[in-house]
Amino acid sequence: MIPGSFDYHRPSTIDEAIGLLASHVGDALILAGGHSLIPMMKLRMATPEHLIDIQDIYDLSAISIGADQIDIGATVTQAQLIHSEELADCCPILRETSLQIADPQIRNLGTIGGNVANGDPGNDMPAIMQLLDADYVLQGPDGTRTVKARAYYEAAYFTARSENEILTSIRFAKPPAGHGSSYHKQKRKIGDYATAAAAVMLEVSNGSCTSASIAMTNLADTPLWAEAAANALIGSALDADAIAAAVAAARAITNPASDGRGPAEYRTHLAGIMVKRAIETAHARAG
Amino acid sequence: MSKTHVKMTINGDEVEALAEPRTLLIHFLREELGLTGPHIGCDTSHCGACTIDLDGKSVKSCTIFVGQAQNAEITTIEGIAHPDGTLHALQEAFRQHHGLQCGFCTPGMITRAYRLLQENPNPTEEEIRYGISGNLCRCTGYQNIVKAIQVAAEELSVKEAAQ
Ligand SMILES: Cc1cc2nc3c(=O)[nH]c(=O)nc-3n(C[C@H](O)[C@H](O)[C@H](O)COP(=O)(O)OP(=O)(O)OC[C@H]3O[C@@H](n4cnc5c(N)ncnc54)[C@H](O)[C@@H]3O)c2cc1C
Ligand code: FES
Ligand code: FES
Repeated sequence: MIPGSFDYHRPSTIDEAIGLLASHVGDALILAGGHSLIPMMKLRMATPEHLIDIQDIYDLSAISIGADQIDIGATVTQAQLIHSEELADCCPILRETSLQIADPQIRNLGTIGGNVANGDPGNDMPAIMQLLDADYVLQGPDGTRTVKARAYYEAAYFTARSENEILTSIRFAKPPAGHGSSYHKQKRKIGDYATAAAAVMLEVSNGSCTSASIAMTNLADTPLWAEAAANALIGSALDADAIAAAVAAARAITNPASDGRGPAEYRTHLAGIMVKRAIETAHARAG
Repeated sequence: MSKTHVKMTINGDEVEALAEPRTLLIHFLREELGLTGPHIGCDTSHCGACTIDLDGKSVKSCTIFVGQAQNAEITTIEGIAHPDGTLHALQEAFRQHHGLQCGFCTPGMITRAYRLLQENPNPTEEEIRYGISGNLCRCTGYQNIVKAIQVAAEELSVKEAAQ
């Protein structure tokens, strides 16, 4: 399968990249790791006339961990997320999730920016960004703005990013010390997208759940933030009744496709199981 | 659409060429340079037969445009044996332990295992299986591939210790 022809650009600054996007609006796409885009181009589902490769832009490539905030540059790869000990110490769910994405070769190239930017409902990181209530930093010809991850996804492949903007980084509050988190993903084989997956982050104090967040992957045409499900846990002892209430609330908001990964009813059922397991694992890790 | 000038180091040799930007790295290696060791199995980034080493990382060359590899340092299966022609410990172990049947996946398997053993010189069986999870084999059932990589790991660490 041969992709259509295009001109290749390799800017070394964000401004240069934005200038290139502006001069070819509608005909240009950003190329990060290429592991979502190149397969689409081979199928001619994407036929950009210009590709703007952002791998040389130094300002997009860092993981910065501050006292209260974590900032991850768009071109940080899944392999880099796995290898950062500092990140794994303060926000272990990023390593846990990255290890469940694709395979070692793909993780060496696939970036977090490419994973969250394009609105593919199969990608795993968008749900994690719902969980963490992350902000996406978008930069375009008119400057920089931030959009909440929870407000970014409109439908499959439709997002709040406009064509002339670059996602430069992802920011979120550093999770509180002692929190527990987990990502459970059911897939057919290594390298597959989720049949159903759920992420949970919570805190426990004196046996009672004091905060909780829950999100799900590939169970609708956008990632899902399960607010009611999380609320069912807060104030509880994370006992069987509370978990059952959270599972029911999570299942209620799913709307999966029936496809090669199974019929919709099955995937909704599985979503509940993923939520339950993720709550139990996060609980065991809290403290 | 104009051709781009590409330059990279492949198996120790500097290579320069003009290529259409849409050229995939695997096609550049196989068709322009005659390096037909890396194979095209699936063309969809699933099978790993096209695996090469790029700047010290295993990658699938069917899903990289040639321009993305500008100035890169690349090793393909052709560059794994020692300069005097003797086989690398991994190649020898695959041969001795029947780590291949049809051989189609083998260049990708060995090139991936080559990097895996640098990332993790003493992997457990589980780590080997996870480390080669991006490489599919339709013949062997993996058993002897894993065994060959284990043997090569031992061989290499004995050599290391002797030095
Ligand atoms: C076989 C296979 C299995 C996979 N399995 C999984 C999986 O299980 N889970 C998972 O989450 N992912 C999976 N992936 C996808 C992989 O993680 C991708 O690499 C990732 O989703 C996209 O990142 P990228 O850097 O490759 O982006 P690219 O492919 O380069 O880009 C993707 C899209 O985002 C746009 N884009 C990229 N970066 C930016 C930016 N900074 N600003 C604005 N737009 C941008 C591009 O224009 C393009 O439209 C798989 C891929 C393959 C090939
Ligand atoms: S040919 Fe590249 S992964 Fe199969
Ligand atoms: S030996 Fe035939 S595919 Fe692996």
